Amino acid sequence: MTDEAQGPTIVKPRNFLAALEVDTRLLGMIGAFLMICLVFQVWTGINFQVLRGELSGNPLSWLVEGRFLTPRNIFNLTIQTVSVAIMATGMVFVIVTRNIDLSVGSLLATCSAMMAVMQTVVLPDWMSLGLEHPLIAPLSILVGLITGMAIGAFHGWLIGYLTIPAFIVTLGGLFVWRNVAWHLSRGQTIGPLDENFQLFGGINGTLGVTWSWVFGALAVAATVYALVSARRARLTHDFPVKPIWAELTLGGVAAVVILGFVAVLNAYEVPVGRLKRMFEDRGEVMPEGFSTGYGLPISVFLLIVVAIVMTVLAQRTRLGRYIFAYGGNPEAAELAGIRTRALIVKVFMIVGALCALAALVASARQTFHSNDIGTLDELRVIAAAVIGGTALSGGIGTIYGAILGALIMQSLQSGMAMVGVDAPYQNIVVGIVLVFAVWIDIVYRGRTGG
Amino acid sequence: MSKERVDRSGTPLVEMRDMQKAFGGIRAVDHVTVDVYPGEVVGILGHNGAGKSVLMKMLSGALQRDGGQILVNGEEVQINNPRDARNYQIETIYQYLALADNLDAASNLFLGREITTPAGFLDDAAMEAETRKIMGQLTPNFRRYNTPVKGLSGGQRQSVAISRAVYFNAKILIMDEPTAALGVEETRMVAELVDELKKKGIGIFLIDHDIHQVMQLCDRASVMKNGRLVGTVDIADVTDDDLLGMIILGKKPGQAEADAV
Repeated sequence: MTDEAQGPTIVKPRNFLAALEVDTRLLGMIGAFLMICLVFQVWTGINFQVLRGELSGNPLSWLVEGRFLTPRNIFNLTIQTVSVAIMATGMVFVIVTRNIDLSVGSLLATCSAMMAVMQTVVLPDWMSLGLEHPLIAPLSILVGLITGMAIGAFHGWLIGYLTIPAFIVTLGGLFVWRNVAWHLSRGQTIGPLDENFQLFGGINGTLGVTWSWVFGALAVAATVYALVSARRARLTHDFPVKPIWAELTLGGVAAVVILGFVAVLNAYEVPVGRLKRMFEDRGEVMPEGFSTGYGLPISVFLLIVVAIVMTVLAQRTRLGRYIFAYGGNPEAAELAGIRTRALIVKVFMIVGALCALAALVASARQTFHSNDIGTLDELRVIAAAVIGGTALSGGIGTIYGAILGALIMQSLQSGMAMVGVDAPYQNIVVGIVLVFAVWIDIVYRGRTGG
Repeated sequence: MSKERVDRSGTPLVEMRDMQKAFGGIRAVDHVTVDVYPGEVVGILGHNGAGKSVLMKMLSGALQRDGGQILVNGEEVQINNPRDARNYQIETIYQYLALADNLDAASNLFLGREITTPAGFLDDAAMEAETRKIMGQLTPNFRRYNTPVKGLSGGQRQSVAISRAVYFNAKILIMDEPTAALGVEETRMVAELVDELKKKGIGIFLIDHDIHQVMQLCDRASVMKNGRLVGTVDIADVTDDDLLGMIILGKKPGQAEADAV
């Protein structure tokens, strides 16, 4: 059927950005994030010079001497974002289906307590595995995931089948699970956690320089493959495609971002003292002048995997299609034969599983389980999803948006902490930013009709 | 305009016998019996609240019946949800309800019946290709395949809904005021489509308020009032006024004069 002389139809773009077919909201968010980074970079630069007693009049020197965009701070920023970002990807599904989940912070605490008790009491003592047995971490994580999914499914059942509003069910959950966690740990801090378990915490578990580069190379290859196969699919059906240069630009930008990110994380060097200890533990002597970078933290790797899985779920599966259809018009979804009540159960089960993963990262990061773990996280998670463009009226939201939202919130908070803004003022700023971001989003939607 | 009489000697395509549905003591549908034969359009008429939509929703599976029987090709069937109705190739075109505004035309057309790749993932390209084919026949000028249906006109939205019924080979079609949101030209398009579907032997229940349109499109009309069936008449045997009399007074033609004497 193809007219060979004609070739593929190429969309005639109005301008450069339209040709790339990139979501302009995404660009806006990246712009906001870069602005925040720039402001804190300059601000920390000025602070540093003032502290040294020689404030230069040259703005470029402020930028160069800033402390915000150092490998060390970027590394810390990413590992601080992971826990909230993982839950925010699930919150997107919840909000898209016109629900809300106020219990994620408490659910995180219960999952964390379950995993902590499993690895310090149940498995080592009751099951006589002994501490630091290789099975302890995987079994504990499994129990955590089951706990999260079971509680999530229970919430979903109350909401979907008994038709209790999600706000009420999860508000109840907020009280219940926070204190179930307290009950499980008898109000005590439990630690230190299993060594293997701690690998998911961030600084205690990184891929190292070589494997980080391998990861970067694979990620670039996967991106290129995704772009090529998407284009090929459109061509086989004779659909219009983007101009080649637009595809190349997209692929190029993605490659630079991925490899740049890996390079920065690799540039954060492990302190000499710590390296020496690592060599001593292995019974070796550290060679003179040896140095190496941390590389990609395993927790960030976990977040990337979660992001990919959730994006595929949202865009390429029936479940995802039904979640968005239900959000757009619950009645239409029902009339189309979708089992809407079971759908709600599945959505909350997914959130439960993600809370368990977030609990793994959060407790491993602090190397122990504490009673206040995840306190107020529900608000951070909802804020991240909403700043990321998820509409509370349902039907609209993206996974990458929620992750960027979490990153923006975390960078604001860390940045303010670095320049010496007190915690109460930080919260005031974050609250204002949340409201402001949603207002911008409303204006944007009004203009574009999206 | 003269109409060929529909052959009603065989088994009806669908028969709804003695259907009942109550909402908290109010009998929305009270022992109503209607049927439709292959290639026939049956108008379901009545005021707002007469029970037309409730009756049809029991056929489309959106509501469960309290009592009565549904027969498809003479055999009793159980329709308890929209999925059951689809299995008997009963499709519904709702006035506004049945599109998810945030999804594009292809996602809506295939909602609940997506085409998937062998690995189980959505095959959006294939669905878009099929949508282009079927929508191209109905509305040749349609181009907006990749935007949410929110941005489409009433007629374009309606053609998405109609495409859905046509694409999945409906045998029985329920149209709930299909032209209510449409302009003159689009209404004519729907009328032509109804004629075409009739020729294919599809049975259509048409809920409509527009008497003129009913006279033009339907072969028979079943009139309801306060949940009860007033009567079913052959359109060829009645006038506009007869139908209006049935809707307003709740009496069959002939009966009204008899009472007046």
